[in-house]
Amino acid sequence: MAESHGEAKGPETGAHTEADGGHHSGAFPPFESSTFASQLVSLAIFFVVLYVIVSKLALPKVGGAIEARQNKIEGDLAEAQKLKDQSEAALKAYEGELASARSRAQAIGNESRDKANAQAEAERKALEEQLATKLAEAEKTIASTRTAAMSNVRGIAADAAGTIVQQLTGVVPDAASVSAAVDASLKG
Amino acid sequence: MKIDPIHQFNIEPLFTIGHIGNHTIAFTNSSLYMLVAVAIISILMLASGSQLVPGRLQSVAEISYEFVASTIRSTAGAEGMKFFPLVFSLFMFLCVSNLVGVIPYTFTISSHLIVTVALALLVFFTVLIYGVAKNGLKFFKIFVPHGVPGYILPLVMFIEVLSFFLRPVSHSVRLFANMLAGHIALKVFAGFVAMLGFSLGAIGWVGGVLPLALTISLYALEILVAFLQAYVFAILTCIYLNDAIHPGH
Repeated sequence: MAESHGEAKGPETGAHTEADGGHHSGAFPPFESSTFASQLVSLAIFFVVLYVIVSKLALPKVGGAIEARQNKIEGDLAEAQKLKDQSEAALKAYEGELASARSRAQAIGNESRDKANAQAEAERKALEEQLATKLAEAEKTIASTRTAAMSNVRGIAADAAGTIVQQLTGVVPDAASVSAAVDASLKG
Repeated sequence: MKIDPIHQFNIEPLFTIGHIGNHTIAFTNSSLYMLVAVAIISILMLASGSQLVPGRLQSVAEISYEFVASTIRSTAGAEGMKFFPLVFSLFMFLCVSNLVGVIPYTFTISSHLIVTVALALLVFFTVLIYGVAKNGLKFFKIFVPHGVPGYILPLVMFIEVLSFFLRPVSHSVRLFANMLAGHIALKVFAGFVAMLGFSLGAIGWVGGVLPLALTISLYALEILVAFLQAYVFAILTCIYLNDAIHPGH
């Protein structure tokens, strides 16, 4: 076991393998100089091929995909921000319009109420005036009718008194005394 | 029952591509796993779609992208993003190949020093060349820290220069040694289970539960190490690149 472990490191490894008659020319493979040229040539070929593939095809492609994604994300974020700004502006405009509409509605309400009040007032005044004139006219008519009626009452009362006296006494009374008596009783 | 924890690191040529000088260049199992790593990364990054809402595969691709990008930004600043393809390639290549390497019977590319040295030197020379090209002689200010008294400045500069040139060593050996040691330890402990069982019979199989439990915990640790060493390699790359971009600090 210790021997096998010793093989892992140290220069005696090569000697050991050699002594064991390893199937190659005997040296420790990594130090076998006859294989160096082949390894170097194939390394040069394949590393150059890899470098060309990586620098011309692989990195531009993968980097492009990453960049495209980055751009897309940034573009989408910018678009979202723009839309958000737009909707906020629209909301603000809406609120402003709502406020102005509300104040306008109030103004219109106030105005129309004032107008209606004034109209009603004017109508009321006109009506009152009309009524007052009518009342005055009516009072005048009543007064004149009353005067006429009063004068008619005196005539009728005098006639009625003359007729009653004639019926009761059979004597036609003197018109002047009858009217004097009627006047006296009307005053009484 | 003989444990051979080194066998897994053997380079097996699959077929020969050509010759450079007197070196035979072969397509090996290492090459195959490099191809596998490149294929997995390409599929992950290219076949995962570009949906607005990512699916699973696309999420993994994007998380890898963001992870490496944020690592660079936090260690080397925004200017460090110039080196994004390099750091991303390094991180993904090591991370994927290390994770594939943890699967039993596979091969781990970064368990070979030559590979990690090559990658570390790539970073080292990128830092050196870019640093000098961008900052001129000012680049060498990184060897002269601020606020050091004049009489110990030569010593400090010597240490700074030495540590700068030792960077590729520590950068590469850290990754290589971690992957190598982890895989050997895993193989050794897993081997104990079989060794105990075959040599001691029933008692051995019962006793083998202990190293088996250890193997399972080590395996979990190795998955972590596979990712972590790739990350450490990438973040050190960023820190070294930061010196080239901002040599004044």
